[in-house]
Amino acid sequence: MENKKRIRVMTGNEACAEGAIAAGLRFYAGYPITPSTEIAEILAGLLPRIGGKFIQMEDEISSMGAVIGASLAGSKAMTATSGPGFSLKQENLGYASMAEIPCVIVNVMRGGPSTGLPTLPAQGDVMQARWGTHGDHPIIALIPNSVREIYDLTIRAFNLTEKYRVPVIILMDEILGHVNEKVILPSPDEYEVWNRVKPDVPPEEYLPYQETESGIPPFVSFGEGYRYHVTGLVHDQTGFPTNDSKEIVRFLERLNNKIDRYKDDIIEIDEEKDAGAKIGIFSYGSTSRSAKRSVIWAREKGIKIHSIRPKVIWPFPEKQIAAMAESVDFIIVPELNFGQIAHEVEWAARGSKAEIIKLNRIDGEPINPQQIFDVIIELDGR
Amino acid sequence: MSYRYEIRLSGEGGQGLVLAGKILAEAAAIYDDKNATQSQSYGPEARGGASRSEVIISDEEIDYPKAINIDLLLALTQESCKKYHKDLKDDGILLADSDAVTEYPDIKSKIYKVPIISLAKDEVGRVMVANIVALGIIAELTKIVSIDALESAILSRVPKGTEKLNLQALKIGRETGANLIAA
Repeated sequence: MENKKRIRVMTGNEACAEGAIAAGLRFYAGYPITPSTEIAEILAGLLPRIGGKFIQMEDEISSMGAVIGASLAGSKAMTATSGPGFSLKQENLGYASMAEIPCVIVNVMRGGPSTGLPTLPAQGDVMQARWGTHGDHPIIALIPNSVREIYDLTIRAFNLTEKYRVPVIILMDEILGHVNEKVILPSPDEYEVWNRVKPDVPPEEYLPYQETESGIPPFVSFGEGYRYHVTGLVHDQTGFPTNDSKEIVRFLERLNNKIDRYKDDIIEIDEEKDAGAKIGIFSYGSTSRSAKRSVIWAREKGIKIHSIRPKVIWPFPEKQIAAMAESVDFIIVPELNFGQIAHEVEWAARGSKAEIIKLNRIDGEPINPQQIFDVIIELDGR
Repeated sequence: MSYRYEIRLSGEGGQGLVLAGKILAEAAAIYDDKNATQSQSYGPEARGGASRSEVIISDEEIDYPKAINIDLLLALTQESCKKYHKDLKDDGILLADSDAVTEYPDIKSKIYKVPIISLAKDEVGRVMVANIVALGIIAELTKIVSIDALESAILSRVPKGTEKLNLQALKIGRETGANLIAA
């Protein structure tokens, strides 16, 4: 009976909002946009009740600015958006990356470019999530494929951003944002919540961008008696701008190495490998749900498949793909764009004999299991 | 033997099809303890424009959450009937609003023609509850959810003060559905 009470039918957007609260979210700023609007709507109701703050800002640029300010002041902060809204977030997202301010940005992908297809799903922002803001910068992007996983990965997004001081993007799409699914949510003792590491030195000895053993400087919130400078300019350990080449290199290398150094801890994949499989599939987000069904059909026909589904798309699971490429002849990459991730897969598989097979759809409809199955059958016959 | 039952509710924006889908999914998933997903597709308009809501009910994990082989199609407009019948199974069911749909596709599926919107207006008193009338008919035709589950799901979802109205709509729908089977 206790269990029955916890069974819910909820959407991905609801799961994202509730997962964020479970992770400690206390500040949300945003500007509503389909198909992400429900995240704002739900948090506008939930946050004030637990002492949090919800602000609807005048646009996406200011929303992102407010999120950064709130995080600097000690709150776990998030914003959610879609389509053109994600483009507007990019400038301040770069600032968060540069100033190493923890924050979570949800992008419920819809058809683009521009206002595109507001109510229809797409996966056209996967490269923008990596390179949307200018300059070399670290980023983490998570890509869930179910309502329950959205809840779990939203908690993880907060944990990662707090730990590594890197903005974390959650890439959903219209299908996942709006689909209602049966879920049993975990109780708080079933997940971890991480918080930012504070300095163990008094204010006069605090270096806000100190080069520590971990590569991640301890972070203290404004208002706690530590005064320091925060800037989007390249800065030294004190936080003040510098043009000294040695300092520039030191800073940018540390900033960008943060992810490379910890990528084995960050990357998370789902992998299923039939012994002797010649056909590989690399699928992500809602498209991986279709892939899963097509793999079931293929196995019923006796066709062996090796499938990888990333839960984290940036940093990219290159090593895992390279390993798959050693033993398969083909890697099918179905995606709701013209083949953005297929290029990354091709790069990861370089030097192997595996041929990358693109399967793309951009008409606002999902790639259905039959489409992937047809490709599997065709490749199996080659 | 596991099963996957697919229902597509189609019509236009504002007819409450997304809510009806959600109620059906909750009835199956929470109260009947099956697996269920509900998804939707609609245009940028608040009212009007083609709208569809899909419910998958299964006793196993549901991977692909959209309908591909439809067991039951509800069509409340001519446009939706024309656009969505192609995915119907041969042994599936087309339930159409007989006032709205005048041209029927040449299909093997069973076709039930019912003035659903008129029933809501004349028998229950509100056009608004046409979605619940439709759920009553669907429950009788398919037996895919229990009536108790459907009733519980309706009561937990409809706005306060409209419970009686919605239960009346369910009753009218069920009676209509039962008559269709008997006929």
